[in-house]
Amino acid sequence: MRLHELPRGGRAVITAIYELSAEDVIARRLMELGFVPGEPVRLLATGPLSAEPLLVQVGSTRFALRIAEASRIEVAMEGESG
Amino acid sequence: MTTLRVALVGNPNCGKTALFNQLTGSRQKVANYAGVTVERKEGHLTTAAHHDVLVVDLPGAYSLAATSPDEAVTRDVILGRRADEPSPDLLVCVADATNLRLHLRFVLELLALGRPMVLALNMVDEAQRRGIHIDRAALQLALGIPVVETVAVRRGGAMALIKQLDLAVPPPQSHIATQDIHAQVRTLLQQTVSMPRVTDRRDEVIDRIVLHPVWGLVLLAAVLFLMFQAVFSWAAPLMDAIEATLQASGQALRHVLPEGALRSLLVDGVIAGAGSVLVFLPQIIILFLFILVLEQSGYLPRAAFLLDRIMMTAGLTGRSFIPLLSSFACAIPGVMATRTIQNPRDRLVTIMIAPLMTCSARLPVYALLIGAFIPQRSVLGLFNLQGLVLFMLYLAGILSALLVAAVLKKLRHDTSEHALLLELPSYRLPNVRDLALGLWERATIFLHRVGGIILSLTILLWFLSSYPAPPAGFSGAAIDYSMAGRIGHLLQVVFAPIGFNWQISIALIPGLAAREVAVSSLATVYAISGSDTAAAEQLVPILASQWSLATGLSLLAWYVFAPQCLSTLAVIRRETNSWRSTALCAGYLFALAYVASLVTYQVARVLW
Ligand SMILES: Nc1nc2c(ncn2[C@@H]2O[C@H](COP(=O)(O)OP(=O)(O)OP(=O)(O)O)[C@@H](O)[C@H]2O)c(=O)[nH]1
Ligand SMILES: [Mg+2]
Repeated sequence: MRLHELPRGGRAVITAIYELSAEDVIARRLMELGFVPGEPVRLLATGPLSAEPLLVQVGSTRFALRIAEASRIEVAMEGESG
Repeated sequence: MTTLRVALVGNPNCGKTALFNQLTGSRQKVANYAGVTVERKEGHLTTAAHHDVLVVDLPGAYSLAATSPDEAVTRDVILGRRADEPSPDLLVCVADATNLRLHLRFVLELLALGRPMVLALNMVDEAQRRGIHIDRAALQLALGIPVVETVAVRRGGAMALIKQLDLAVPPPQSHIATQDIHAQVRTLLQQTVSMPRVTDRRDEVIDRIVLHPVWGLVLLAAVLFLMFQAVFSWAAPLMDAIEATLQASGQALRHVLPEGALRSLLVDGVIAGAGSVLVFLPQIIILFLFILVLEQSGYLPRAAFLLDRIMMTAGLTGRSFIPLLSSFACAIPGVMATRTIQNPRDRLVTIMIAPLMTCSARLPVYALLIGAFIPQRSVLGLFNLQGLVLFMLYLAGILSALLVAAVLKKLRHDTSEHALLLELPSYRLPNVRDLALGLWERATIFLHRVGGIILSLTILLWFLSSYPAPPAGFSGAAIDYSMAGRIGHLLQVVFAPIGFNWQISIALIPGLAAREVAVSSLATVYAISGSDTAAAEQLVPILASQWSLATGLSLLAWYVFAPQCLSTLAVIRRETNSWRSTALCAGYLFALAYVASLVTYQVARVLW
């Protein structure tokens, strides 16, 4: 599943980052911010008016992401395989 | 002796500028969000061994692969790509000791450059509070560079770093392999850092309330509301005191000086004119008190989070939020702060709408007109009507900015992606000393403006309003014969449909250089044309009695939009590097201002 599909408060581990184009600056930046396979993430909150933006914890940092960014991140919930 | 060139580099918000200020005794802006510094700044330091060190503060960057103009500045300085500047002799890489998982990645990326480098573990006070232990010796060994601990916000907190600057630093032995950088960070963390919890419990608890879908919005509204109420109610006693003092000095001068040009210059020009702006000092201070507390606490990025959806609807990136917010102080730093926006088109749109945010120079104009035309009444027994109207004026600016952004988005058929990727920092208690210094600085800036440009322009206007003196036997008011009177009457042809009289028309011109001058110009013009009584020094009752409500409201509407600030236009020109964009911006703002005033005036005239 993708990061934005996690339930609020859900924990997961990143399994892949998708690059949507050859030079996907956003995907690259996500990785530089620590969104890399094997890293645990948590969806802490979502925006008040809709499902966007997402408040995501990775490492010791909290980032606000929009769905477009979060959908580049493939995650596996704990206890789930693959 | 040669000067050592040192550059401070690191992730955003790790305390580089705080460290820079500590090292060089400068007073650059420090605040608790990513992207405060957007330009390169330099300062000097003399070490214990009398070495001269040139310290360069740089914008924060997550990586050398820059994605925004501010990061590009950092990259170019580090890599020595700027024609006017050799690459630094030593990199002082600053890292937040409480967030090494993120910050060490950039450290390793920089290390791979093979340049002399020192790692400053900053915020060790915070790390201690959270029970984070870092084995400095082991980290030093693993990285192959000196590692020092600093607390940039504490006096003497940079001693270890200053000592280190006296020691020669060899380029690092590059035994860090080129394998996966994230794997290396994990290994380093395992070997050298112990953390009881990866996050701060305090932050989590606060965020649960602040970012709550309901309470978060309630809190945001309450904060903004309190701010506008405070600007009016807290400031009132101080403003009255300043006003009384000014009036007393005006009276005193009247008694001492003989009737004539000098007396008029001092009383009508200096005291009534520039003094009328001085009165607003308490309001400016209170506004900035709120802005500074919000900036220091770490709340701003949270507000950006809460309002992101609205920004998105208008086709803006959430990144635009902080530049727009900075524009409430002044559009100039706001326009500069757009350098943190990655997408060039998003950046341009943000620059275009930044002048619609109500800057602090507009506050005196708003406050004057509100004081004259809006009764001091409480609404629902809770709100002060004047504060409410001020809030609505700010809101009008914000809503039209969103509207303009949405229109621009439609016009350019924008379907591109607007990334957010915003880091939410740890909360910090604003430091009282920093707040006091910040307010002091603001007060000084304001007083310099009053004593400098505002005073000069007001005096200039006094001359224009006093000369040429009418010939004997001139039947009308003397000021009608003066230069200013004539220009004002000419301009009035253009402004009559929106309800501006000739006094307003003439005051708008010097107002181009500094918006507050509109207030002092009105004060001077009315003081000169007024009778020689004490009442002439009180602008508010004059306006209330001589202008119609429709005119007052129309001028308020004008000030929501009018691009009456040449310095802002100059910065827009510099940052966009385009006369076309600048002209477009000024043009659309004038058009909006005229239409808004026209509608306001005509509607108000019918209604009241
Ligand atoms: N507790 C503590 N706070 C610090 C320390 N150093 C900096 N801060 C705070 O951290 C925040 C960021 O400081 P800045 O100096 O603006 O950070 P910066 O690295 O220049 O940020 P950018 O210019 O955005 O890249 C401010 O709120 C500072 O008060 C420190 O050693 N201890
Ligand atoms: Mg800085």
